[in-house]
Amino acid sequence: MDAILDLIRLFLRSAFVENLALVYFLGMCTFLAVSKNVKTALGLGVAVVVVQGITIPVNYLIYDFILKEGAYLFPANLEFLSLICFIGVIAAIVQILEMVLDKYFPALFNTLGIFLPLITVNCAILGGSLFMQQNEYNFTESCVYGVGSGFGWAVAIAALAGIREKITYSDIPKGLRGLGMVFVVVGLMALGFLAFTGI
Amino acid sequence: MAKKYTPKELVLNPIFNNNPIALQILGICSALAVTTRLEKSLVMSLAVIFVIAFSSAAVASIRNRIPSSIRIIVQMTIIASLVILVDQFLKAFSYGLSKELSVFVGLIITNCIVMGRAEGFAMQNTVRDSFLDGIGNGLGYSLILLVVGFIRELFGNGTVFNVTVLPKIQMVDGVQTGWYEPNGLMLLSPVAFFIIGFFIWALRTWKTEQIEEA
Repeated sequence: MDAILDLIRLFLRSAFVENLALVYFLGMCTFLAVSKNVKTALGLGVAVVVVQGITIPVNYLIYDFILKEGAYLFPANLEFLSLICFIGVIAAIVQILEMVLDKYFPALFNTLGIFLPLITVNCAILGGSLFMQQNEYNFTESCVYGVGSGFGWAVAIAALAGIREKITYSDIPKGLRGLGMVFVVVGLMALGFLAFTGI
Repeated sequence: MAKKYTPKELVLNPIFNNNPIALQILGICSALAVTTRLEKSLVMSLAVIFVIAFSSAAVASIRNRIPSSIRIIVQMTIIASLVILVDQFLKAFSYGLSKELSVFVGLIITNCIVMGRAEGFAMQNTVRDSFLDGIGNGLGYSLILLVVGFIRELFGNGTVFNVTVLPKIQMVDGVQTGWYEPNGLMLLSPVAFFIIGFFIWALRTWKTEQIEEA
């Protein structure tokens, strides 16, 4: 029972307290570029949850069995290769996911398809794997952490998109229009998310 | 064919006229979390300049031999190798700093500026031009990082490069010294967004052609 409670706590923490987008600033490029309307933002959000939920456990297995010092398959310390391995795994998984979706779930592919290539260079995904390595999660924890952090990112981008749809009608000083205002809004959202600290 | 650029244009344009962060919304990801202290911003800037310049040059030098279907992977590999180099270098010579920067050095790989320059510029231009362009974009990125780092460290901690500028209020032997009460909010993440937002506002008030409609 305790173990399950711990996992729930980890999920909430990764989704809200340590929100990848608003606390660690990860995946900002796509976060700002693809948040102009709610529908596309949600599509990207779901894609991130899926990719994050797959890549972090896979990277965990690779790290644990091959790269770590004294690992099962290669006892030598290959930790310095973890960056290049993680990014390779992410690129490969995104590519595979794209092909699988295209073949078996064409409807889903049409909604998510254009976002998948964007995800390869999304810092949130690589960041998630690096945090997994840094915090030394075990396998179940890394599954939960993957889904949780992806979920937090998705919530953040959907909320930002909702705000931006309304902002179009506001009277903003000229120089602040567009990107400048988005930064300020994201700052305010991050302030809001700070309230989760301490839960 | 690619148009000719003068070296000066290549280096100076990205700083104000086409700033990668303020105008192209690239590379914000890893930038903001490291700006709580100027020292961290500086190290991060140097790392990024190094990686952009050399990855652009390397991509440019083999641009005619990369099959276009696997170009992203090739670029990634080049960038990742350079980042590993930087990471190992920091770990060896400045371990404390590398611990503080934690995952953000690794995240230079997915820094969109690096990929963006490799894909958008280095694939069509000569080695020398790409190298200079990389340095220019790195400087544009550094400019914002250093400004944000300076403001946050000064007001959040009263110091610049760890040297006290605004003496903090402290009780030393029952006597109060200093007069500055540090603003802890400056060290929290949201402020970085505000500062960049206002920086963009200032930049666009100066260079009005960058204003976005609607």
